[in-house]
Amino acid sequence: MKGKSKTIGLFIYIFLIFLPIYWMINMSLRTNADILGTLTLYPVDPTFANYIKIFTDSSWYSGYINSMIYVTMNVLISLTVALPAAYAFSRYRFMGDKQVFFWLLTNRMAPGAVFLLPFFQLYSTIGLLDTHIAVALAHCLFNVPLAVWILEGFMSGIPREIDETAFIDGYSLPRFFVTIFIPLIRSGVGVTAFFCFMFSWVELLFARTLTITNAKPIQSVMTRTISATGMDWGLLAAAGVLTIVPGALVIWFVRNHMAKGFALGRV
Amino acid sequence: MDKWENNRAWFLTIPVLVLVAFSAIIPLMTVVNYSVQDIFGPGQSLFVGTEMYTKILRDPRLHDALWRQFLFSGLVLLIEMPLGVLIALAMPKKGWGVSFSLVALALPLLIPWNTIGSIWIIFVRPDIGLLGAFINNVLGIPFDHTRTAGEAWITLMLMEVWHWTSLVALLAYAGLRAIPEVYYQAAKIDGASAWATFRYIQLPKMRGVLTIALLLRFMDSFLIYAEPFVLTGGGPGNATTFLSIYLVKLATGQFDLGTAGAFSLIYFVIVILLCFVFYQVLQGVGKGAKQ
Repeated sequence: MKGKSKTIGLFIYIFLIFLPIYWMINMSLRTNADILGTLTLYPVDPTFANYIKIFTDSSWYSGYINSMIYVTMNVLISLTVALPAAYAFSRYRFMGDKQVFFWLLTNRMAPGAVFLLPFFQLYSTIGLLDTHIAVALAHCLFNVPLAVWILEGFMSGIPREIDETAFIDGYSLPRFFVTIFIPLIRSGVGVTAFFCFMFSWVELLFARTLTITNAKPIQSVMTRTISATGMDWGLLAAAGVLTIVPGALVIWFVRNHMAKGFALGRV
Repeated sequence: MDKWENNRAWFLTIPVLVLVAFSAIIPLMTVVNYSVQDIFGPGQSLFVGTEMYTKILRDPRLHDALWRQFLFSGLVLLIEMPLGVLIALAMPKKGWGVSFSLVALALPLLIPWNTIGSIWIIFVRPDIGLLGAFINNVLGIPFDHTRTAGEAWITLMLMEVWHWTSLVALLAYAGLRAIPEVYYQAAKIDGASAWATFRYIQLPKMRGVLTIALLLRFMDSFLIYAEPFVLTGGGPGNATTFLSIYLVKLATGQFDLGTAGAFSLIYFVIVILLCFVFYQVLQGVGKGAKQ
């Protein structure tokens, strides 16, 4: 009996999670006049007009492409620089290691709003404004510390005897790292990539400030649905639904590793 | 087992340090530079020393925003931590239900923050929203999230709980999964009640992950910007103007760079202090778990 009420409670919670998302999907399949006219629980006369508009108008779909580009860049950069650093923090004791680790973490906790204007100035000065790499680098501010933190947790779970044995067998550090160590912590690398993807994909403030037209993310494009004649709710909903799709795909692919990854690592 | 003592390990951290120094130290120095000047326009500024700090520390709107921020983060933790643990306890241990609930719970976490705001506007508006229409027409209570501070806060809290409780639940679930089955068998033999099992086995074993959940939830709720910006725009009045929203208003709306710079540094110091306290707690938990 008790187990049953638990399951029912869980189902109610999951139902409540889906409810607002369902409502947005419902809105995305209707025209604006229809939305403002009557309130119906499901689209009576479903139309894909909103989606067709997004997929045929390059100023709309390029927003998605831009977002995907800088998110991918950010995940690659974060992993590349964080892997060796996490190894250093997990295996060696060196001067100031604890202080540096803490300093890195403070950047994860820095309010984005603080860095907004300086970032704008910095990237205009070096001529990177309105490029994908600018957003990818800006997102490194919070993703690199996070990546180091998570990876360090995973690496510390691997016994050091493995490193020692490999070194005795004549492996050099880089060769050992690439051929033995990274495969050992691949679920950790997966979890780290998942979190970097997540925080870069959902971020708005930097992405909006550092781009003008060429690298404009979908989050900025969405503000165009507000016009002089009022909100275009159907279009906004359709754009919103499409921003959920990449995240949902990522979750689907990592679903089996997620629980295990969470348990092993630190996040 | 002790770590290897080797100062050459510094070389391995160089890429990270260069990258983070580029995106953290240079901008931070720029902020310091702003904060000691009164900037009228491009190329026109006056060195004013600590005047901006005195000005911003006496600003009643900053005090209000700060208390609002603490209240918000406090409420978020009070609601989301217990709820997240409850959900984790209710999740199935095996079968297709595991994947299903994991995917369903993780979904809100992967939605861009401004889309979250848009979803909730569409959901709570009295004219087109399911929840808004339900409260107004079926329950007969007039409800509009743009009208009073109370209504805005209720909507914002609902959104925040909907958005982030999953993170606590996923972490707590991971902590629960890491408990070996023998612990439960031992509890069963001893005839422990469900509460005793929770209190003396599950809760202590979840301490590590729950501390991380607490830390992440505190940080992100303290820095919240996009969701209230989209949903309420900081209003009605200033009722949902949190620190980040106020700061962005100062910096980009009024272009008051000197004040915004001083504000930024004070904000950052508050976060670092809190972060240091949490970090010490985290380290303590790490040691406790190893013993």
